[in-house]
Amino acid sequence: MSGLFAFHGGLKTVRHKTESNQTPIQTPPLPPRLLVPLRQHIGNPAKPLIQPGDRVLKGQMIGQADGYISAAVHAPTSGVVVALEPVPVPHPSGLADWCVVIDSDGEDRWIDRQAVDYRQMHPSDLRNWIRNSGVVGLGGAVFPSAVKMNLSGHCERLEHLILNGAECEPWITCDDRIMRERAAQIVAGIHILAHLLNPREVLIGIEDDKPDAIAAMSAACAGTGYQVRAVPTRYPSGDVKQLTKLLTNKEAPIKGRSTDIGVQCFNVATAYSVHRAVNHGEPVISRIVTVTGHVRQPGNVEALIGTPFSALIDWAGGYREGAERLIMGGPMMGFALHSDEVPVTKAANCILIAGAADLPAEQPALPCIRCGACVEVCPANLLPQQLYWHARAREFDKAQDDQLFSCIECGCCSYVCPSHIPLVQYYRFAKNEIWAQEKEKQKAELARQRHQARVERLEREKQEREAKLRQKAPAKAASPVGESAQVPLETAVARARSARESVTAPATADSDAAQG
Amino acid sequence: MIVDIFSLGLLAAASGLLLGFAAVRFKVEGDPIVEQIDSILPQTQCGQCGYAGCRPYAEAIAAGEADINQCPPGGEGGVIALAELLGRDPKPLNPENGAEKPKMLAVIDEQNCIGCTLCLQACPVDAILGAAKHMHTVIARECTGCELCLAPCPVDCIDMLPVAQNIGTWKWSYPLSMPEPRRAAEQVAA
Ligand code: SF4
Ligand code: SF4
Ligand code: SF4
Repeated sequence: MSGLFAFHGGLKTVRHKTESNQTPIQTPPLPPRLLVPLRQHIGNPAKPLIQPGDRVLKGQMIGQADGYISAAVHAPTSGVVVALEPVPVPHPSGLADWCVVIDSDGEDRWIDRQAVDYRQMHPSDLRNWIRNSGVVGLGGAVFPSAVKMNLSGHCERLEHLILNGAECEPWITCDDRIMRERAAQIVAGIHILAHLLNPREVLIGIEDDKPDAIAAMSAACAGTGYQVRAVPTRYPSGDVKQLTKLLTNKEAPIKGRSTDIGVQCFNVATAYSVHRAVNHGEPVISRIVTVTGHVRQPGNVEALIGTPFSALIDWAGGYREGAERLIMGGPMMGFALHSDEVPVTKAANCILIAGAADLPAEQPALPCIRCGACVEVCPANLLPQQLYWHARAREFDKAQDDQLFSCIECGCCSYVCPSHIPLVQYYRFAKNEIWAQEKEKQKAELARQRHQARVERLEREKQEREAKLRQKAPAKAASPVGESAQVPLETAVARARSARESVTAPATADSDAAQG
Repeated sequence: MIVDIFSLGLLAAASGLLLGFAAVRFKVEGDPIVEQIDSILPQTQCGQCGYAGCRPYAEAIAAGEADINQCPPGGEGGVIALAELLGRDPKPLNPENGAEKPKMLAVIDEQNCIGCTLCLQACPVDAILGAAKHMHTVIARECTGCELCLAPCPVDCIDMLPVAQNIGTWKWSYPLSMPEPRRAAEQVAA
């Protein structure tokens, strides 16, 4: 392969692709109840457009994008909205978030689907169409795709449009299967992206452990000028920066974006959903999910958004003996879930039921021996050990000086650390604290301004009062204004007191009534 | 020679511009050290420090009249930040001023509010909305949790409730698998 470059660091991980990539994508039965979160993307949660009791059709918009960085949410099947309430969602906290709960009517009846001719559309109308179709990055980052399709102000002309089919996480195979089975539709989506972004060249990067996907994509790209390139199998080649370096030898500035160097990157599954949205009028209501690890029949399914994980695990034959932990995403960048009663979201690329042997052994962390192994593998060229010292000591300023926010949380450093230090956890902790402090600072600043305004106002009022007082000082001496104002307050207090007491003692009142 | 004079002149003009710009850009109002101290204080305006708000306390610290460990809402982190700024040793919070506790928000029991406006007058950041004889409401976004509205309420209808956690405010916690290193203030205290 010509024109391939290397990136710093990275790892060879143990591959577990064949467990799940041997069978075609399957469609599990329609679940009786779907839980569709309004927050499935980076940015503001969608604003609900329905109320409990409403009937919805498959593909109907049920949540509207709220603000520029946001995305719409659609009903994955036809049925009745039974609730709009917080429901546990796949999130490391295990907390609940607002979901539209839909009971399916079993008919799976679509809205009136309308394809659009993108070549005839104004670019901003086309971007809006894609945004209203709920298209977000399906590689796991779920950034609203329409935002990335607007280059104005970022670069003159896009040099490289990169399609990410690297899929470097050791267990995940959903992109592998979609490239093998739906290559022509992915390419149809790439045509739309290329039409919007007008890049000098289109590069499709696929790790070389997926020969069938490479063959299928190469065949589908024949005659288009799009270049399919096999990249070496080395984690994390699927990160945007690493893939960009591999394919173009370009590196974005530390605090910059990839568009600063004329690169924009989309996941192959995202290109597929752009095609469905534009050429078929179908919004994102499903995604391919790899269900793998300790289940009886691992594989890939096309799951409706909102399907409970438990239904997919049942579909895959149920848990196998030795199942230890439920993980969403891969073992490197994913997170453990508290329960399998959470819905599939647009970010849910993989449900991994890990056994004890698949996970880094839970060993107590030992002191850092300054071996430097973490520095060698860090693809972001950071000093993980230094970042760890700062995060551990809560020296967040120093962590930021050492580019904490360039860390992509790939987990390479934790993986190699001979002292089993949970390095990435420290970085996540530190980043969260810094964001929280930033929010606190803004809030304190608001309080400071409001307090100052109040002090000034009180001062002004006092002066005005004094001025008035000086004017009519003799008249005031005889007037009993203060007392007459006092009386209604006291009666009001008495009234409220008795009201509050009668409210706080409902138990006795109830039992009295029951006896009588 | 001409070139030299010219380039020197250019240099002078440039540095003049730069200084002028810097004077505007980095203009500080009032006493810079008071500003810096005030920016570390949490702006709760609760008065637990013994002063009429965060700014007066900042002035007292700058004047050497108050110690750096009198602000309970700022907590241990605040003491450490102040110590760093002023080049002093950190110390534990003075228990006489109160203890650090999780942040709370005031909530008015609107059924029982009699609309007396007394809380409204006590609130240091005007976070309470209401008019005489109408029930009052706390604007959660602006409440600092200072508790100053509790005492004046004649019908005890204001409660302090913990800030609810949701996915938007949730944070990754400090990794547990290793004992936390002892923090500066504790070391001094021990
Ligand atoms: S790999 Fe672990 S022990 Fe080695 S330097 Fe990095 S943090 Fe320290
Ligand atoms: S997790 Fe962050 S610090 Fe560790 S190797 Fe990856 S990018 Fe580097
Ligand atoms: S509402 Fe009460 S607790 Fe909140 S800032 Fe105002 S006085 Fe303080």
